[in-house]
Amino acid sequence: MPEREITYREAVREAMVGAMRENDEVFLMGEDVGVYGGAFGVSRGMIEEFGEERVVDTPISEAGYVGLCTGAALMGMRPIAEIQFSDFMTHCMDQLVNQAAKIRYMFGGEGRVPMVVRTPGGAGTGAAAQHSQSLEAWFVHTPGLKVVMPSTPYDAKGLLLSAIDDPNTVIFYEHKLLYNKKGTVPEEPYRVPLGEANVSRIGDDVTIVTAGLMHHYVLEAAEALADAGVEAEVVDLRTLSPMDDAAVRRSIEKTGKLVVVEEDVKTAGWGAEVVSRIVEGESFYSLDRAPARVAGADVPIPYNRDLEAHVRPTPEKVVEAVRNLVDARKGVYA
Amino acid sequence: MQNDGKRVELLRQMLLSRHFDEKVNDLYAEGKVHGTAHFYVGQESVAVGAIAALKEGDVITSTHRGHGHAIAFGLDVDRMAAELLGQATGYCHGKGGSMHIADVGAGMLGANGIVGGSMGIACGAAWAFKRRGQDNAAICFFGEGATNEGIFHETLNMAAIWKLPVVFLCENNQYGMSMSVKKATAIENISDRASAYGMPGVTVAGSTLDEVYNATREALERARAGEGPTLMEAITYRYLGHSKSDANLYRTREEIATWRKQDPIQRFATVLEGEGVLERDEWRKLDEETRLRIEEAFEKASREPDPQPESALEDVYA
Ligand SMILES: Cc1ncc(C[n+]2csc(CCOP(=O)(O)OP(=O)(O)O)c2C)c(N)n1
Ligand SMILES: [Mg+2]
Repeated sequence: MPEREITYREAVREAMVGAMRENDEVFLMGEDVGVYGGAFGVSRGMIEEFGEERVVDTPISEAGYVGLCTGAALMGMRPIAEIQFSDFMTHCMDQLVNQAAKIRYMFGGEGRVPMVVRTPGGAGTGAAAQHSQSLEAWFVHTPGLKVVMPSTPYDAKGLLLSAIDDPNTVIFYEHKLLYNKKGTVPEEPYRVPLGEANVSRIGDDVTIVTAGLMHHYVLEAAEALADAGVEAEVVDLRTLSPMDDAAVRRSIEKTGKLVVVEEDVKTAGWGAEVVSRIVEGESFYSLDRAPARVAGADVPIPYNRDLEAHVRPTPEKVVEAVRNLVDARKGVYA
Repeated sequence: MQNDGKRVELLRQMLLSRHFDEKVNDLYAEGKVHGTAHFYVGQESVAVGAIAALKEGDVITSTHRGHGHAIAFGLDVDRMAAELLGQATGYCHGKGGSMHIADVGAGMLGANGIVGGSMGIACGAAWAFKRRGQDNAAICFFGEGATNEGIFHETLNMAAIWKLPVVFLCENNQYGMSMSVKKATAIENISDRASAYGMPGVTVAGSTLDEVYNATREALERARAGEGPTLMEAITYRYLGHSKSDANLYRTREEIATWRKQDPIQRFATVLEGEGVLERDEWRKLDEETRLRIEEAFEKASREPDPQPESALEDVYA
């Protein structure tokens, strides 16, 4: 049978549709998810199949409906909430951070909140400061939440099905620039486990850790580096929390060099957590160079296309960072 | 009521606003602008009518659908066009784009990409006027969709208890993206909510400029007299899609056509003709003149310089 290619958008939809067919307790709720099909067309066609009781258009009330989904999840339902742009997660922050993330623990292990909140993050669309942020580190910083950030259609489908099954609240980060990206995706349902990184490229010279859209930039950079004789090993984290640092450790034990590539702003980004986990443990001694981070500049995202490109990571910036690291003499920081 | 010259000027502002957005819509269709924009076409009488009632020193806050508010407030279409093209000479030096046009010094406290995002800011401006004993007021523009955000309820309550000089002007254009106001709320009028906060609520025909003007003037008088805020609802309609990408699946062509028949610009032109302020069809000259003005603005803007790449790293802190 020929391998089937679908887009990332279709893969996310296929996971939702599959889960909703399997389990009547799964529903999708969000702004314009019905006839409009969602701001990015992810739920297009779903209301026709499942009706407006299960594909629910909400008023513009993010705190309200994420709170409602939290309650429905506490009752055992399996809500999927969509937030149109991840920037608007700020509006439901209390419900996520003080409610959903805390309920299980503060109730002493009683009750659980099996909810998924899907939202597209990231820049590169010219949508400027309030529609382009990558705020996923906030949720990585919140015990009780899981954070997933798939980079391929295959992972998007498999991880979303796992997220819906998971008994905890999962923040599921999509990326606007990935929605049209195509990849091989089996038609039947399958699960990609949460918390497991994927080594997507084998190499001996340097380990590049990344996730989401940046994974594609890194693969592009890795090809350019290979042409220059540097073989990069690429670790796509796929899940940011819980973080698969063991996979990173295994790789740097081989390469001795660590570069993290993330789209969010550098200061207190999740890349800092990757680096810390490596340098504060035994694997520190596996490193033969100081680690490096390629991240967004510590500024909001500007509108102008060139300004936007200036502050975002690019494959070229990744190549440059890796070359600087590899070229540095051992034991000398330059 | 304004004098004749002022009334012609109001018509001119509405036409400028319409041509501006129609031009931007075309530029998007041609792929010449990136990002996104939301068009005010069909709603011009609300911004122009309300802002006409302001006086020197008053301020406004705007929304994602903000070009019309900016033009009515007197912002320069050259610098607005430059901002849309991301140029260094734009209002935000290319950092903001369509959704963030602002002229803080002049009292235009910003368009806003966040639904409801400016409601607190408008109250803050009103607070400053009150504390400083200034005889000024703020108009806070927002869509009916924003009235279901928590901040709507929080700010209306605070403005009422502290009698802040602010006019909450809800532009009920019937939809928040695809969500019809009928489905999003269980009440008849958005202005009915005013009573919950202890302030007057009024609903006006938004496509009739004079109705908007008169109601805003009254609300502003109340605000300046220290009697507190008003919730004003202007019934209006957006002709174009929600943003540059919208298949209009949630409404019918007939509905759009019906609203287009009560076009606010046509209406006001007819009123001015009736008053003898304009000769019959004289407004068409104005129409052409404003269209050319907008063409000129974008033509000029396209020749303005790009910002320096390093400027992307500036302005994070004051
Ligand atoms: C907090 C927040 N939620 C959602 C959005 C996405 N969004 C932008 S405009 C809009 C509809 C707003 O409707 P309304 O307030 O009626 O204004 P209109 O677009 O009709 O002018 C939505 C949902 C947003 N920008 N901010
Ligand atoms: Mg609206």
